[in-house]
Amino acid sequence: MGTIWFCAVAFMIAMYVLLDGFDLGAGAIHLWVAKTEEERRQVLASIAPVWDGNEVWLVAAGGTIYFAFPALYASGFSGFYLPLMIVLWLLILRGASIEFRNHIKSAVWDPLWDFLFCASSLLLAVFFGAALGNVVRGVPLDASGYFFEPLWTNFRLGEETGILDWYTILVGVLALLALAMHGALWVQLKTSGAVNSRAGKLAGLAWWGVIVLTMLVTAVTFKIQPQVKENFTTWPVGFVFPLLAVSGIAGVAFELRRRNERRAFLASSAYLTGMLTSVVFGVYPMVLPAREAAYSLTVRTAKAGDYGLKIGLAWWILGMILAAGYSTYAYRSFAGKVAIDKGSRG
Amino acid sequence: MGQALDVHRIHFAFTITFHYIFPQLTMGLALLLVYLKTKALRTGDEHYDRAARFWGRIFGINFAVGVITGIPMEFQFGTNWAAFSKAAGGVIGQTLAMEGVFSFFLESSFLGLFLFGEKKLGRIGHWLAAFLVFLGSWLSGYFIVATDAWMQHPTGYRLGVGGAFELASFWDLLLNKWAVWQYAHTMLGAVQTGCFVMAAVGAFYLLTKRDENYGRTFVKAGVLVGAIAALLQLFPTGDMQGELVADQQPVTLAAMEGLFESRAGAPLAILGQPDVEKGRLDNPLEVPEILSFLTYRQWRADVKGLSEFPQTEWPDQIPLLYYSYHLMVGLGTIFIAVMVVAALLLWRGKLYDSRWMLWMLMLCVPLPYIANTAGWMTAELGRQPWLIYGLMRTAQGISPRVSAGNAWFSLIGFMGLYTVLGILWIFLLYREIELGPAPDVHPRGEEAAVLATE
Repeated sequence: MGTIWFCAVAFMIAMYVLLDGFDLGAGAIHLWVAKTEEERRQVLASIAPVWDGNEVWLVAAGGTIYFAFPALYASGFSGFYLPLMIVLWLLILRGASIEFRNHIKSAVWDPLWDFLFCASSLLLAVFFGAALGNVVRGVPLDASGYFFEPLWTNFRLGEETGILDWYTILVGVLALLALAMHGALWVQLKTSGAVNSRAGKLAGLAWWGVIVLTMLVTAVTFKIQPQVKENFTTWPVGFVFPLLAVSGIAGVAFELRRRNERRAFLASSAYLTGMLTSVVFGVYPMVLPAREAAYSLTVRTAKAGDYGLKIGLAWWILGMILAAGYSTYAYRSFAGKVAIDKGSRG
Repeated sequence: MGQALDVHRIHFAFTITFHYIFPQLTMGLALLLVYLKTKALRTGDEHYDRAARFWGRIFGINFAVGVITGIPMEFQFGTNWAAFSKAAGGVIGQTLAMEGVFSFFLESSFLGLFLFGEKKLGRIGHWLAAFLVFLGSWLSGYFIVATDAWMQHPTGYRLGVGGAFELASFWDLLLNKWAVWQYAHTMLGAVQTGCFVMAAVGAFYLLTKRDENYGRTFVKAGVLVGAIAALLQLFPTGDMQGELVADQQPVTLAAMEGLFESRAGAPLAILGQPDVEKGRLDNPLEVPEILSFLTYRQWRADVKGLSEFPQTEWPDQIPLLYYSYHLMVGLGTIFIAVMVVAALLLWRGKLYDSRWMLWMLMLCVPLPYIANTAGWMTAELGRQPWLIYGLMRTAQGISPRVSAGNAWFSLIGFMGLYTVLGILWIFLLYREIELGPAPDVHPRGEEAAVLATE
């Protein structure tokens, strides 16, 4: 039962990264791909109807962790207290900049929100990557099942780790580049004209960074977290996940050259899915690895009571089918490229 | 640990109080949007569609602030109240996760369609989008209230092996009778906020002699729905809540009423200042025997005072609890008076010309916000010193490793950010009201038109 919920949570987090990932990425790059007011509005219009729904995956994943793995929720959220608070502030600023910008037209109003939108999206991508890095590296859990990490200590992977060290920062930068590429491919898919071609170029540039950092981070990860190597040697079938990532990233380059915008975006989604599932597969059965292996939280030690988990499965599956239905409908309704009606601007 | 406990409590109190400014209007307006769209569908009159578009813009701003201030609420269970989450997550994680899975996806998908897709959806489709946004937001309210109700009156749980609570009965958790009545009472409060806001904007237009046809529509909708909600707020929902408190949390009832000594034929204190040290109510203005009657339906019934209970069981903020409760009840009574008189004037066809009543409606707009906040404070302060009533003390629930200094850091951050957010919210709402519901006044054009596709 714990393993089923482990997969369910992983699924929701992957959905979050794929969906909110493109609007985070779009935010991070929009200052560079969109220069004029009209171009900026094109980028915003490509995410305006869906970003909020994308962010729901984060809230729903959080709620599902709370329900299925209460001990993980308690320990992880309180241990990552400081970065989570900063993430919350960034999410608030970002939401405000998307929603408030278009209510007023003024030479001081728009640039302010454009800047905040970009800065908060950028930093969120880095922080989410660093968070993932922390989980892989392991946190200083002790016998009480709790820990608390400062934002940084000496940036080394020593005894007293901080949220940011050279490894987690590296993962953060990789996350930023990967989401920038993902976002650029989305913007390319949804826009036309100058924005479209700039986004395509930027995705191609980001691709190089993603390739280099992916190889680097993968190599380091095998060193840092021994469980990863163990899992891949015990169950070689797990290699499908990294294979998915590799074919995804290759697909991005291939489809970019062939100018197939939809497939390029899908390939980037495959890359992100492959990377995430590889990590999840690599740390299983741990849900939160500790620096001292004995204190790691595992699927078995962190899960809630079985009766609740069984009942939950019934409504969770129903809820996911419904959610998939609404989002598909919403995305279909806004399918195609955004068109800015120039006459409507006063 | 005492200091950290206080900061964590203020942290939650501050962020939840600020957050709830937004959902109460969202949930109230969602119902009124369905009302306006239904009118539009039945009369075929474009006037109601424009009215709904105007309120849709206000709804959108309000909803956005509600979403971004809502995410911190869910996170805080884990960040600031880790010990509580570890103990109770197996039970209330159910309702919180269901809120995400069932309400938020529904709400966010169809709000996008409601705000941006009117042309594509057609008349019936657009009505349906409004209805599903309403359904999503009201479902969300239920899951949150059911979570709180479990903390007020735990049902459907058992103690698991590791010392954490486990779910024992899904339906006992979901259909907790406390949840059902608290939900009805909470939602009526939200409807009144929506009604007072809509009526106030309408009154503003009528008093300033602009957009008067819209003004009449708004005042009428606000007053009709508001009068019904104000009455139902008192009876049966408020009455049933009081009965549940008297039955399940008698010490809370005594503290709310400022009743220090047990009395047969207990009076209802309308005014007065509780002096906890001396154990009495100063300067009391009382109506004899009413409290006994309201609680037990008998004039001479015995109501237990605080002195019957050990001091360790008393809520720790008795004066604040007492004032919150009295403020809520007092304002609720005023709402009934204002709404019923306005409804009578409407029925006699005199409301739109009676300037004093329009002034009254316009100036009342902050009051339902205060009443709803006071109501929640009554519920949550009344639950003290328990975090889960009878099972876990508030002091036991905080995160063991998060120091007072770290909690202050984030509290100060939220205070700053929310001040800015609050100013922007008022500024943008005022601007939308100033621009008004007439077509072609919006400088950014109709957003719906922006998203036409190739």
